[in-house]
Amino acid sequence: MDDAPLIELHQVTKSYDGGPPAVDDISLTVEPGEAVAILGPSGSGKSTVLNLIAGLDRPSTGTVTVAGTRVDELGESGSAKYRRTQIGMVFQFFNLLDDLTVGDNVLLPAQLAGMPRALARARAAELLETLGIARHARAYPGRLSGGERQRVAVARALINRPALLLADEPTGALDTASGQDVRGLLSELNADGQTVLLVTHDLTLAQSCATRTVRLIDGRIASDTAQPDVTGSGAAASVAPFPTEGAAR
Amino acid sequence: MISHGTQLGNGRGGALGRVVRAGVGRRRVQTLVIVLSTMMAVTSTVLAGALLMASRAPFDHAFNTQRGAHLSVLADGSKATSAQMAASAHVQGVTAASGPYPQIIAEHGSPSGGDFPGIGLPPMLIVGRAIPGGSVDDLAITQGRWASKPGEIVLSTSYFGPRGGVGMTMTFPDLPGKPVLTVVGVAQSVTGTADAWVQPSQIPALTQPGTVPGIQMLYRFANAGTDTQVTADRNAVAAALPHGAVTGALSWLSAKLDAERNTAPFVPFIVAFGVLGLIMSVIIIGNVVSGAVGASLRRIGILKALGFTPAQIVRAYITQALIPSIIGIALGVVLGNVFAKPLLSRAEFAYGTVSLSVATWIDIAAPCGAVVLVALTAFAPALRAGRLRTVEAIAVGRSPKSGRGRVARRVLSRVPLPRAVSLGLGGPFARPARTLAVAASVVFGATALTFALGLVSSFNDVHAGQNRNGTADVAVDIGATSDGGDVVHAGPKGVSQPAADPEAVAAAIAAQPGTRSYYGTGGTELAVSGLSGTTQVRTLQGAAAVDSVPLISGSWFTGPGQAVVPTRFLQNTGTSIGSTITLTDHGVLIPVRIVGEVFDLRSQNGELITDARTLSAVDHVDRISGFEIHLNPGVDRAAYIKALNAKLHPMYAEAQDAAADSGGSTLPFFEGMIAILTAMLATVAGLAVLNAAVLETRERVHDLGVYKAIGMSPRQTIAMVLSSVTLVGLCAGIIGVPIGIALHSYVVPVMAHTAGTNLPHAYITVYRGTETVLLALGGLAIAIAGALLPASWAAKTRTATALRTE
Repeated sequence: MDDAPLIELHQVTKSYDGGPPAVDDISLTVEPGEAVAILGPSGSGKSTVLNLIAGLDRPSTGTVTVAGTRVDELGESGSAKYRRTQIGMVFQFFNLLDDLTVGDNVLLPAQLAGMPRALARARAAELLETLGIARHARAYPGRLSGGERQRVAVARALINRPALLLADEPTGALDTASGQDVRGLLSELNADGQTVLLVTHDLTLAQSCATRTVRLIDGRIASDTAQPDVTGSGAAASVAPFPTEGAAR
Repeated sequence: MISHGTQLGNGRGGALGRVVRAGVGRRRVQTLVIVLSTMMAVTSTVLAGALLMASRAPFDHAFNTQRGAHLSVLADGSKATSAQMAASAHVQGVTAASGPYPQIIAEHGSPSGGDFPGIGLPPMLIVGRAIPGGSVDDLAITQGRWASKPGEIVLSTSYFGPRGGVGMTMTFPDLPGKPVLTVVGVAQSVTGTADAWVQPSQIPALTQPGTVPGIQMLYRFANAGTDTQVTADRNAVAAALPHGAVTGALSWLSAKLDAERNTAPFVPFIVAFGVLGLIMSVIIIGNVVSGAVGASLRRIGILKALGFTPAQIVRAYITQALIPSIIGIALGVVLGNVFAKPLLSRAEFAYGTVSLSVATWIDIAAPCGAVVLVALTAFAPALRAGRLRTVEAIAVGRSPKSGRGRVARRVLSRVPLPRAVSLGLGGPFARPARTLAVAASVVFGATALTFALGLVSSFNDVHAGQNRNGTADVAVDIGATSDGGDVVHAGPKGVSQPAADPEAVAAAIAAQPGTRSYYGTGGTELAVSGLSGTTQVRTLQGAAAVDSVPLISGSWFTGPGQAVVPTRFLQNTGTSIGSTITLTDHGVLIPVRIVGEVFDLRSQNGELITDARTLSAVDHVDRISGFEIHLNPGVDRAAYIKALNAKLHPMYAEAQDAAADSGGSTLPFFEGMIAILTAMLATVAGLAVLNAAVLETRERVHDLGVYKAIGMSPRQTIAMVLSSVTLVGLCAGIIGVPIGIALHSYVVPVMAHTAGTNLPHAYITVYRGTETVLLALGGLAIAIAGALLPASWAAKTRTATALRTE
């Protein structure tokens, strides 16, 4: 099981309401420890791929397996449990709950997962400290900068020690400095062994913290390229069965 | 040139119309809630109004429908002729008249073959009428048909109940040839002009030899609204007839008084329900419309950004609230009438009226009032929306203002509860005004539930208490046994039989397995100092008689010379517990001290209940005319009665179920009415919760997406939504129950006083500890029921879709 890919999409197609497929017969594997960036223009299907991997959506055909779990076969409860235990998600607009403090936002997934209170608090404190936002623990998200909010979102995503961190345009709503900050954070996480799957159209983000870049056009994989080892983790690219092309347009 | 504003609001197809239609169509759930809420509110209003009117004016309604007689005059047939009576129809002031009809008073044996075989009935006033109709006193046949030939008789509902009698025969043993009449129908006279009717050709056969039948004439007058006017009318008629011809006259006002005595007690509780319904309607409509407008603020901002004027926004949102409301209101009127029909038809029997329907003015006033209410309620938030600055409207419309409820959420996050539950519990603090409105609705729902349960309980107690035989399980009738008098008793098959020997009957009762205790009953009518006419004096014999009638205050009599009396007796005589009154019989004075007040509605003046030995000096007392029996716990009453009757029938005595409903009870009717009104109020309260939960779910749908994205399961989502109403439901229940109890404690005694009695304390304090706790949970149940659907929707909401909702 240790040698198995963390993510395996096999001939996945997703269509909405009988329209043209948003994702068209994609096959993709991601090994543990990789940092994969999925790039593509708007409407290319990259967010759909992320949603399929996150269990937020189901493929029309094909299979999605993450950490040995057939995500495409999960019911609502199973999906929820899967998201609690196997993945953490970071969104473009943070999606923090404005009515909860930073500390409570970070704690929430652990509480929903039934983690013992003391353990959850210790883990949250550790994450807040690690991510440099411990001083904001009792503040509300509305008072933080964009970069700080995204750090809170990352802390929340990591509290249950997920096998996979999914990030949907994590720098899309940030200014340059904050974006740089988040890029560095993701790179550090991947360097520490966290598998990361990014969805972005930010080439800089992809180049700075991904070990591999998958480009989507019109729902199909146009290229799957190994990046230079920017993180120094030595993670190797897994490219088969698609031909490797140049990373940039 | 057409202005921009005019273009936007131009006609049916204009922008305003499209906005309104889109708003109504887009928010289908809220539209549905508005439809249902207004429908329920108007339904309950129409129903309550209709029943209120039905309880207030059933007599007037029936009197008008049946063209009741203002005055029913009985004349001595030997002093006035039919022609003279007929001529009296032309007396000044008479607007209509019926008659003359021959009439006699006949003693008859027990009827047989009907619903009540073996029960003796009092002498009856029989009138000869060819047809039931007429310009005055148009009789309503409630069962069977009119008597079409000699040998047939139609009974009055007031004489034998609304359902009984058809098919049985009545024997008149004192008349030559012992005529036997078959009951072919039951009819109703609104003023009770007769106990029975036959064809006029039947009257001679029912007339005692040597006597002349009386003559009845029925009148309606131009002025008969007061006792004085009716007396003047009576005098005018009497003056037109030979001197002394008039032997009796029945005023419609007496019948009206009697009818209202039966119905008036129920008015307070109907008013209470009506007021509850009205307040709830205001809260619900206000809550729903405010919620609907409040939830659309962002849309309003967009519309204003597109060029809508404030006035157009106000019009649009009032109209948007009015469209579903009007649909709901229209449905409510229809449903109110539909629901009212079976209830009113039961009321027709209960009140003795013929045909009741929802008053037209209620069908007009209730919807008009509701429309005005909706428009007024929608106006304030719509005006607020119209005045909002565009940017502010867009910003406000997105989610509750930040900061509200944060302290509560922080505190709750520390409470050792599942996180989904603590998140839900914190929800209501974000929208305090909405929470208060929902809480108020649930409070009223819980109040209605509590009040209704108490009413049913009290009504049952009252019904059992006013039952003929008080607290006894079985009653045995052995017939009249006055000292030295002839012994005649109605036995099986209507044949007069010798009365049973009380001692033998008592021995049979004592020997019957299952008998716990028994006592003898008897009675007579005596004059009481301070009261006109005679008063029924009921005598009880035996130690087991103690507390056989529910005691309100004082104590039960402990020996001769003491009595217990109902409230009405105390009121009529101006006495109180401890007073001594004097019974009079042929010069014999019997002082009796009142030691207790009992609950007894059996006679108009209230009977006096005393130890049989109190009347030892009176000759013609029924020493024992029956027995009342208490059974051991667990004894099968029907089997006991059957076994006892096997012994009693040979003695010409009959045992009956003392608790059996004597028929014509209004209790089921009122219980049905209470059930419907309560169900409606509870449903409306549930809809208020539903609406709030839907609004909350919609407003926080993005948060919901976040929760689900980070792993909140469907079950946790449902728990969160349900928890958001739990606190409100629980608190509302806890508040609503004491209010309901207080309302019950106020209304029930008022009802009782209207009926001329106090009530035993136990009839009012009907709530037990466990019941109270369960009722308090009733508020929670209403809230949970209302939130179930939104919780289910929230659980099913697709995470990706919810996350895209900004």
